[in-house]
Amino acid sequence: MTHAGTHTPARGVGKAAAEAVPSASGRAAPSPAPRRERTWRLLTPWLFLLAPLALLITFTYAPIVNMVAYSFTDWDGVSPELHYTGAENYAEIFTREDLFQVFWVSGYYLAASVIQIVAALYFATILSFSIRFRNFFKGVLFFPSLVNGVAIGFVFLYFFQDGGTLDTVLGLFGHHSDRAWLGTPASANVSLAGVSIWRYLGMNFVLFLGAIQSIPGELYEAAELDGAGRWHQFRYVILPGIKPVLTLTVILSVSGSLSAFEIPYIMTGGATGTETFVIQTVKLAFQFNKTGLASAAAVVLLLIILLVTWVQRRLVPDDRVDLV
Amino acid sequence: MTRRAVARTLVYLSLIAATLVVLLPLGVVVLTSLKTENETAAGSGALTFPDDPLNFDNYVTAFQDGGMLTAFGNTAFILLVSVGGTVLIGSMTAYAIDRFTFRFRKLVIALFLVAALVPGVTTQVATFQIVHSLGMFDTRWAPIALYMGTDIVSIYIFLQFVRSIPISLDEAARLDGANAFTIYRKIIFPLLKPAIATVVIVKGIAVYNDFYIPFLYMPSQDLGVISTSLFRFKGPYSAHWETISAGAVLVILPTLIVFLALQKYIYNGFTRGATR
Repeated sequence: MTHAGTHTPARGVGKAAAEAVPSASGRAAPSPAPRRERTWRLLTPWLFLLAPLALLITFTYAPIVNMVAYSFTDWDGVSPELHYTGAENYAEIFTREDLFQVFWVSGYYLAASVIQIVAALYFATILSFSIRFRNFFKGVLFFPSLVNGVAIGFVFLYFFQDGGTLDTVLGLFGHHSDRAWLGTPASANVSLAGVSIWRYLGMNFVLFLGAIQSIPGELYEAAELDGAGRWHQFRYVILPGIKPVLTLTVILSVSGSLSAFEIPYIMTGGATGTETFVIQTVKLAFQFNKTGLASAAAVVLLLIILLVTWVQRRLVPDDRVDLV
Repeated sequence: MTRRAVARTLVYLSLIAATLVVLLPLGVVVLTSLKTENETAAGSGALTFPDDPLNFDNYVTAFQDGGMLTAFGNTAFILLVSVGGTVLIGSMTAYAIDRFTFRFRKLVIALFLVAALVPGVTTQVATFQIVHSLGMFDTRWAPIALYMGTDIVSIYIFLQFVRSIPISLDEAARLDGANAFTIYRKIIFPLLKPAIATVVIVKGIAVYNDFYIPFLYMPSQDLGVISTSLFRFKGPYSAHWETISAGAVLVILPTLIVFLALQKYIYNGFTRGATR
């Protein structure tokens, strides 16, 4: 099921439904509905929404509001005492060198996302044409994105260790390195970013593949009649056809790079300069009891992610399906 | 013609290379998990085959000493309750939003929309305090509540589906005297089966793989789920790659079986869930 196709009529139904509900019941009961029944009808949707809204407010909105409040204090998360410190926490995040450097680590993950998107696009394109063993390749590429993150972390700890998988494979090609891949900050971050490519490429690839397959076949046929080669088909048929999914993926990649956490936390625990923004926030909050400072950091990250999303919405007029 | 052939060869070569990159790290871990302690200690290379390819001792060690049985039990319980809850909550929300006009409807929709943009990882600092004050810390209910309460994707999936169910069905039932709850239970919910399957798969995989929430909210040894129990291998087995590998394979295996059995649904589910 694709989106653009099924949505327009369905949306019409939704609109019609909104108008039909009162009139339909009006037709069913010619006399005006008694008061109790009317109250009941007004209440019904809220009864359905009771549990969802309670959960949404308790576990999403209340934390956000509290977090903003904590971020202006020096609270340690335990003691009954807290002092209002104004914007001090925010100043600290942007002025303390050791706190600010985690942003540079995101750079490695951003660079990795670029490689990941390009590679996913390439594989999605070639696998949308007829290829032998297509389903096998599709499955192999996608499978890593379903694997448990802790298991991936261990698989790659063995991969990168001295005399592990990577060294053995390089040895086959006559390149004997005795470097510790996770030993220096630059090498460790490149290795970890590489793992995140291995892990998430499949997800992007499947999204692109789905989008490419929903492009009407006539377009390709028309392009081929016009003598377009594979490259031109990609450039003028595929790329415009998957633009919405592509922009969505870019956004998700940017926010994913900023909130990289699982793989580095499991593999190195943030040692040797691999600490990411989220690892630092978690450590501030749950190891050093600096709830105020950690909240400020989380608010900063949240604002950045909302900003990126907003920029994307401005740049790409909303061609995505909205709720209403 | 030759140029075409060269291009084709290159395409296949790139696919074979990608396959190797994906499967090699996993394959090596399977090999390592079948080696004895002496073999790994003697520096058996990553790509050498184990002396006895049917040596499952490490699996027994990992399963028993690693508390994997408890972990699978806890994971199963959390998975069943939270996925069931997600299906109920998501479908109820979708039904209310799509089939009723009420005051503040736009506001409710906006609340769910904005929540989708907030990465859960960032708000845990404050969520922790709330979970704590509700007395859920270090119980299985903390992850269950969080998984149920913050799943916007499933609401989208249900909403798309509820929209495609003709409104005339509701109206016919209402003429027969059915009220809103009967319509939801007898008409909407049964017709949502494909969407329910999608949500169960996508949510199920996400819950099975989640590490951060159980790690944060269930520190007790006996409340380990598969992610956190595997993570605890890191200390006591830090040099025992054969045991760690066996643990990792144990965790990956169910995923592989589910993937091979439900391939088609999984692809559709993820495509539908992400491009909302």
